[in-house]
Amino acid sequence: MLSDGIGAPLRRKEDRRFLTGKGHYTDDINRPGQTYAYFLRSPHAHARIRGIDKTAAEAAPGVLAVLTGEDLAADGIGGLICGWMIHSKDGSPMKAGPHPALAQGKVRYVGDHVAVVIAETLNQAKDAAELIEVDYEVLPAVVSTAEARTSPVRVHDDIPANTVFEWELGNKAETEAAFSRAHHVTRIDLVNNRLIPNAIEPRAAVGEYDSGMDTFTLYTTSQNPHVARLVLSAFVGLAPEHKLRVIAPDVGGGFGSKIFIYAEETVCAWAAKKVGRPVKWTAERSEAFLADAHGRDHVTHAELALDQDGRILGMRVHTTANLGAYLSTFSSCVPTYLYAPLLSGQYAIPAIYAEVDGVYTNTAPVDAYRGAGRPEATYVVERLVETAARELGMDPAELRRRNFIRPDQYPYQTPVIMTYDCGNYEASLSEALRLVDYENYPRRKAESEARGRLRGIGFSCYIEACGLAPSAAVGSLGAGVGLWESAKIRFNPTGNVLVYTGSHSHGQGHETTFAQLIASQLGVPTEQVEVIHGDTEKTPFGMGTYGSRSLAVGGSALYKAAEKIIAKGRKIAAHLMEAAEADIEFKDGKFTVAGTDRSKTIQEIAFAAYVPHNFPAGVEPGLEESAFYDPLNFTFPAGCQICEVEVDPDTGVVEIVNFVAVDDFGKIINPMIVEGQVHGGIAQGIGQALLENCVYDPESGQLLTGSFMDYSMPRAHDLPSFKVGMTITENPSNPLGVKGCGEAGAIAAPAAVMNAVTDAIGVNDLQMPASPERVWQALQRGRMAQAAE
Amino acid sequence: MPTVSMTVNGKAVSREVEPRTLLVQFLREHLGLTGTHVGCDTSQCGACVVHVDGRSVKSCTMLAVQADGRVVTTIEGMAAADGTLHPIQAAFRENHGLQCGFCTPGMVMSVADLLKNNPSPTEREVREWLEGNICRCTGYHNIVKAVLAAAEALRGAPAHAAE
Ligand code: FES
Ligand code: FES
Repeated sequence: MLSDGIGAPLRRKEDRRFLTGKGHYTDDINRPGQTYAYFLRSPHAHARIRGIDKTAAEAAPGVLAVLTGEDLAADGIGGLICGWMIHSKDGSPMKAGPHPALAQGKVRYVGDHVAVVIAETLNQAKDAAELIEVDYEVLPAVVSTAEARTSPVRVHDDIPANTVFEWELGNKAETEAAFSRAHHVTRIDLVNNRLIPNAIEPRAAVGEYDSGMDTFTLYTTSQNPHVARLVLSAFVGLAPEHKLRVIAPDVGGGFGSKIFIYAEETVCAWAAKKVGRPVKWTAERSEAFLADAHGRDHVTHAELALDQDGRILGMRVHTTANLGAYLSTFSSCVPTYLYAPLLSGQYAIPAIYAEVDGVYTNTAPVDAYRGAGRPEATYVVERLVETAARELGMDPAELRRRNFIRPDQYPYQTPVIMTYDCGNYEASLSEALRLVDYENYPRRKAESEARGRLRGIGFSCYIEACGLAPSAAVGSLGAGVGLWESAKIRFNPTGNVLVYTGSHSHGQGHETTFAQLIASQLGVPTEQVEVIHGDTEKTPFGMGTYGSRSLAVGGSALYKAAEKIIAKGRKIAAHLMEAAEADIEFKDGKFTVAGTDRSKTIQEIAFAAYVPHNFPAGVEPGLEESAFYDPLNFTFPAGCQICEVEVDPDTGVVEIVNFVAVDDFGKIINPMIVEGQVHGGIAQGIGQALLENCVYDPESGQLLTGSFMDYSMPRAHDLPSFKVGMTITENPSNPLGVKGCGEAGAIAAPAAVMNAVTDAIGVNDLQMPASPERVWQALQRGRMAQAAE
Repeated sequence: MPTVSMTVNGKAVSREVEPRTLLVQFLREHLGLTGTHVGCDTSQCGACVVHVDGRSVKSCTMLAVQADGRVVTTIEGMAAADGTLHPIQAAFRENHGLQCGFCTPGMVMSVADLLKNNPSPTEREVREWLEGNICRCTGYHNIVKAVLAAAEALRGAPAHAAE
């Protein structure tokens, strides 16, 4: 192993610029002649727009334009789209209501975009926005997930019962049969609380139009610039693809929220042509709360059928998923194909049946947020299993063991689409038990009790489907795109290397991990490898970064491109050393004639390729190769988290006192970066379980948690340090043996925490976030129930 | 429009500004020092922390005119002139205390103030101090590790003050 090659905790290449304030985030970019956009947003959750009077605003100082949905329509600019078609049980396609970038006729949530003011300064734009007169006919609103289908309010006038789809997966008859044979049935009602992603960099955009070239450039906070360009061209109709360049420079965190194609970015690019000057917009945090796509928001009833030995016979799940007022870019696949296919968890479950109703409400759109569907699935499975263990009086670890898919069962076909290719769930559970010191848990519990504290322990054995995804498979499930990835490797004549990837880094450290990968494979030092991403004009068309896919899919594309470099290098080396191509071996950056000491470095070969004075016949000059990689399967990272909490019975305050995560991510390129991803994911998962909750007023639809003062973000003192371990089964489905690590922490943690809290207080009926008030009330309910017995 | 003058990262600067200009806007928009970030509008996230007269301040919560005549240090002023990272910056890199890097300038500036006043903080004290700096990426685990490592490095190198 090279000291900076695969498996080394190489310090990150990107850190210096971030640590010295030299990063280039979108808001750091200023273009000559730039103007500023300010969006007038709906103060109402639901209203008809009877008219907009913009005369006073247009006459205000510094104002260049005041634009509304009518102007968009007049220019033939189309609405925003949802790129994944879901069909209901009865075969009918999902019902997608119109989603204009600026409201047309109606506003449907607080924060919906009504008009934009473009002015010389931001303050002038804001001042002018106050002069716009909007004549609203305020309508009643529906915000509750559970009540969306029975409410008389219609978010979209022509969509009955606010129902986007009624979808199902699995075999209903077999599942019914399994339940009729059951010795025991565990039932649980769960709310997966709505979250607001809150990447610390707010969304931003700078749109620019070059009238000489007739080209647009959009600088934007995107996780997938090529997908943004494709949608803006093919569906929104902003400009043809070859006339639109999308640049996503340094991006300050995404967690899913920067995948989507939003109104503001679209409007900035369009408005730049209208006013003939660059247009800049940067979200204020309160706008991010209102109008970034939110996450989760499920209401679920789930049942588990077991035999007398604690073996699972079947699972039945009904979920209502709130999709907000409009279908965001990938919203429809999150509570369907990214959710129900994971309901088998790590267990051999013979029969599963899931129904999911997607609903509209007068709230911000809901879409993928770290884990996207898989945290919701894990939460259902792991709270069910833990509850079953309690009801059967079994050790929760033992009940899980009894039901694990065994290592000799791969490939394992679940009843819900997925074919797991490898794993070892017993190994990660055992390692987690060791790290948490399970043996001595009873002693720790007694100690806590002696101090008047309630101690609880909770497990979460998760699985996720990552490495999105085999294109044909997702196509057959309704995806509007393929999910392959691209790569290009360019050797320069002097021997250093440019690596272009279609994936995108917004904190994950691709510039380091990909450099390590290429350095190992091609035998060049990492400091001579530069990774380039985030610009549609520089990188090959790529699908971007989400679903823990960059390494498994993007890295595999890089691997393939590097193989092509080596193959070409071998031809050149054979010619230069007058040997047969078959006799050339490549190792550690050197082409060697087998069995001799004659060799050429890859840098020498690169030079020869660009100065081809002595070159093999029929071989093209230059040393640059591209590859596209379409994965054969999803990848299936899996592992076990164990959480120990102490609860103060007088206040309901929960403290996490021990937190262990053991993950199987397949082969690890940079363990330091991988552990960092795990830490961050766990923090978001703990945030969901204990702190974070997006709340709308049920009557008015006003967002009650619209700032960091009302929405409780995890802070340093809310969290412990984590114990992180790894077990490894190498992935047989891609050439690197990797699986993906970006979402695991957030997927597993909520169930681990909630299982621990409910264990501590002895009351299972508790929803996230387990705030002190809710925990205290649950304790009182438990006491009353005990007294009544 | 009033003129404000101050010393920023060792250099005297002077600009005419609208009275409502925030210190962070002055730094980012008037001086082009974009290392100081804005992550919120309620003085909560700490992405904007700089030093004014040696103390950490949320520059989104101070007017540029209030900094008139004072000494301001931003993240751009932390590394040595030859590019050597400040020990706190180096510790963040060594311990992977940053991912997307957006909260990082504010973290570093805030930590510098902590370690100046408390050279040997406990883990709990570090976590309490960072209450005003939100990071969405790291889960704070490696930030805390970095701060404790930086404290040790700074104690070992008395010549290098926390600023
Ligand atoms: S920008 Fe100053 S505290 Fe958030
Ligand atoms: S590193 Fe991204 S917010 Fe802290």
